[in-house]
Amino acid sequence: MNQTVTKYYETVIGLEVHLQLSTETKIFCGCANKFGEEPNSLTCPVCLGLPGSLPVLNKKSLEYGIKAGLAINCSINPLIKFDRKNYYYPDLPKAYQISQYDMPVASNGFLMITDEEGKQKRIRILRAHLEEDAGKLIHESACSLVDYNRTGTPLLEIVTEPDLRSPQEAYDYLQNLKLTLQYLDVSDCDMEKGSLRCDANISIREKGETKLGTKTELKNMNSFKAVKTALEYEISRHKSVIGSGDKIIQETRLWDESKQMSFSMRSKEEAHDYRYFPEPDLVPFIVSADRISEIKASIPELPFAKLERFIKEYTISEYDARIIIQDNAISDFFEECAKHYKDVKKICNWINGSLLQELNSRKSKLTEIDLGALELTKLIQKVDDEELSNLAAKDVLTFMIDSGKGADEIIKEKGLAQVSNDNDLEKIVEEVLAENKKVAAEIKEGKESAIGFLVGQAMKKTQGKANPKKVGEIIKNKLSND
Amino acid sequence: MKLNHLTAHEILELIAKKEYTAKDIYQSVHYQIEKTEKEVHAYANLTEPASLSIDENKSFPIPIAIKDNMCILDQETTCSSNILKGFKPSYDATVIQKLKDSGAIIVGHANMDEFAFGSSTETSCYGPTHNPWNLDCVPGGSSGGSTAAVASNQAIWAIGSDTGGSIRQPAAFCGVVGLKPTYGRVSRYGLIAFASSLDQIGPITKDIKDSALLMNIIAGHDPKDSTSINRTVPDYTNSLVNDVNGLRIGIPKEYFIDGIDAEVKQAVLDAIETLKERGATLKEVSLPHTEYAVATYYIIATSEASSNLARFDGVQYGLRKIPAKSRKSSIVDMYEETRATGFGTEAKRRIMLGTYSLSSGYYDDYYLKGLKVRTLIKQDFDKVFKDFDAIITPTTPTTAFKIGEKTSDPISMYLSDIFTISANLSGIPAISIPCGFSSNDLPIGMQIMAKPFDEEMLFRIGYTYQQITDWHKKRVDL
Repeated sequence: MNQTVTKYYETVIGLEVHLQLSTETKIFCGCANKFGEEPNSLTCPVCLGLPGSLPVLNKKSLEYGIKAGLAINCSINPLIKFDRKNYYYPDLPKAYQISQYDMPVASNGFLMITDEEGKQKRIRILRAHLEEDAGKLIHESACSLVDYNRTGTPLLEIVTEPDLRSPQEAYDYLQNLKLTLQYLDVSDCDMEKGSLRCDANISIREKGETKLGTKTELKNMNSFKAVKTALEYEISRHKSVIGSGDKIIQETRLWDESKQMSFSMRSKEEAHDYRYFPEPDLVPFIVSADRISEIKASIPELPFAKLERFIKEYTISEYDARIIIQDNAISDFFEECAKHYKDVKKICNWINGSLLQELNSRKSKLTEIDLGALELTKLIQKVDDEELSNLAAKDVLTFMIDSGKGADEIIKEKGLAQVSNDNDLEKIVEEVLAENKKVAAEIKEGKESAIGFLVGQAMKKTQGKANPKKVGEIIKNKLSND
Repeated sequence: MKLNHLTAHEILELIAKKEYTAKDIYQSVHYQIEKTEKEVHAYANLTEPASLSIDENKSFPIPIAIKDNMCILDQETTCSSNILKGFKPSYDATVIQKLKDSGAIIVGHANMDEFAFGSSTETSCYGPTHNPWNLDCVPGGSSGGSTAAVASNQAIWAIGSDTGGSIRQPAAFCGVVGLKPTYGRVSRYGLIAFASSLDQIGPITKDIKDSALLMNIIAGHDPKDSTSINRTVPDYTNSLVNDVNGLRIGIPKEYFIDGIDAEVKQAVLDAIETLKERGATLKEVSLPHTEYAVATYYIIATSEASSNLARFDGVQYGLRKIPAKSRKSSIVDMYEETRATGFGTEAKRRIMLGTYSLSSGYYDDYYLKGLKVRTLIKQDFDKVFKDFDAIITPTTPTTAFKIGEKTSDPISMYLSDIFTISANLSGIPAISIPCGFSSNDLPIGMQIMAKPFDEEMLFRIGYTYQQITDWHKKRVDL
């Protein structure tokens, strides 16, 4: 890419995020809303779109939609109205999708990101509306099959204004949006499972120009990173087309992850006329202001407010705080720990170190394991009290998570208590000295740095249970007494 | 009198007296079907004898015909269209569930205009139904199979659906009682939709008392239908009162226009006179937007239909056709071939009309304007019902026409619903009851309309009228 060209162009990006809401049941019927089940096992006449069936709105999906809308600073439209979006596709059994057209449940919101100069930037959100997901096509060599399990999964489509100016901003917006939504517990936000999907509209224009350039729509990115890469590719493509004196065609393009390129899917001329009209099977109704307030009250402290508070209240570093707030459950856990134990820096180290390692290696979430905050702080306290070595404490943590048992029980069971008893330690030191006469001699001659080696030998002998400080002292004493 | 000529309330009395069993009644209906179905052709298909259930202990073991657009578990349900041939629903419509629970004996699926698109039952893929009073005439439509089944004594009761007059118009043509309840009074769950905001299921019976009995069974809120209203259902038999004294009845001048058959007009005016003699006050009223009803209806109904019928694409059920030579992509080829082969002419016409009305650039001028006029039509009725208890009109401008007479002229066919459409657009209940015969022995129907959820008013006026007159007791002897 020619750097001089870059200076004259500005990128304009808008994102459309489809979020699957994690309600128990589907949006218009009572079928379970689950991923990864036997194909077509989670279906009924309604989500199969069988003739004569009728939709009934799942109130929980509306609640989740309102909750998400409020969390991204939208105003909520109390008149709930659905529309039909008509198009033919084999994964859409009614040949129309029930969606919201002119009256989205939420509109005019925003989300903050940090721009490339480190300043806070407001990304406006145009709208967020509820709709039903389609089924899934499985292409075999001779035919295509349809799995309707996903049909009727509640979706919230969140659309930004064209406020993003770079692929990095798009990436940061997605990260912030995901984090905010995860705090609400309304979606898994898992792009791999398809519970969060993102399409991007992108155009470029000369710097200073106020009119938007011709846009292309990018689809089929399966990670935030792919969104960023696809946008970078597309900017370069736009520039090369315009730089060759040609015009960008308004079209939808598919991102090919393996080829790292985008390909034309359909042009504007081929675009569908969706023939939206009000869904006559669902009567519009009003959500009361009280109900909206109730939902608002159920929104927890959101991640960026929490970040600021943690830095201030606990005087921890922004680095530590950022890691902790990545997961609402972990941040709650941190605060619980802080109630039982004074040194928050140590708590951060334990959480951001050993605990996250344990969770990652298990591919588990904190909420999926049985570990109390009090138990963790007790464990840290034991290290402070020299009942456990740091190393042994990490093992104890592993056992605690494995078994769900408390630290005391594990230490007793495994015999991991630190050996601090002078008689026991002296015996061990004597053995070590006898086995390492040469080193002992060197120490006597003044090479104090070799003490560490002998301490290490003692630790090895005791499987880490010996109190290293005491061992060191005993070695020193013994060698100077001799 | 023949058993199959009786009304359900007469039959229930005989069963109560142990003179006959439910099985005897069914046999008499079955006998009549064997005798006359060849000529009438009221049914699309009959229930397999093995799946017939006759329970003598249930309250209403009455043989009933169900319009072919209501889902019956494991029983082919086609809307009388080739595109749904072979479709056996995996569930019962709510109305069917209620009828089964009450013991009603489902004789079969009654013939209808394809997807209820028509006023003559000539557009069925099974061929036309004949009017029992004159086999050369149409029975009306689209519930023509249901009304013909009752009129020819091939069923004691029938269930129809009414989107623009599809119960009342054929009821008038066949000399039976047909009620379109208030929109939201009867669940639509399991009714294969034509126009969702207009469709309503209703009873077709020989007299008012049976209509009230059948409404008691089928009416009520259904959590599976968001458009059904959660409102207590009265016992409709309580409104079978022989008294119209003091009731204020409006006669809309827009319904007694030029072009209406003179005999039809006279029969309805005579009926009005009869009610006047019993103490009802009658006064001319105006429903000024009536002239826009047909146009408004054909925009709204076809728009919704174009979307409702899009699901018949050959993917999951019913007909699937793949062309011998590939034209576009395999999926588009299948869609096109299936729909081109499966739908009849009138269905295609309405799908195209509706698709056009909803298209980008036309929506505001057609669909949106249609919705606005619909509101005006509704307001006409709201205004009249401030001062009146009911409105009486002819059900149809003429008596039954000849088979084939209007098939090549869709507009004249559409105009046969001119008096019934407004009740659907405004959601109010309306009933057609027999009020005379033409000089060539074809039945004439009178339409009574009332406020939303005041079916009781229709029953009260209809019951009083039937205490004085005998039109509803006339039977065809085929």
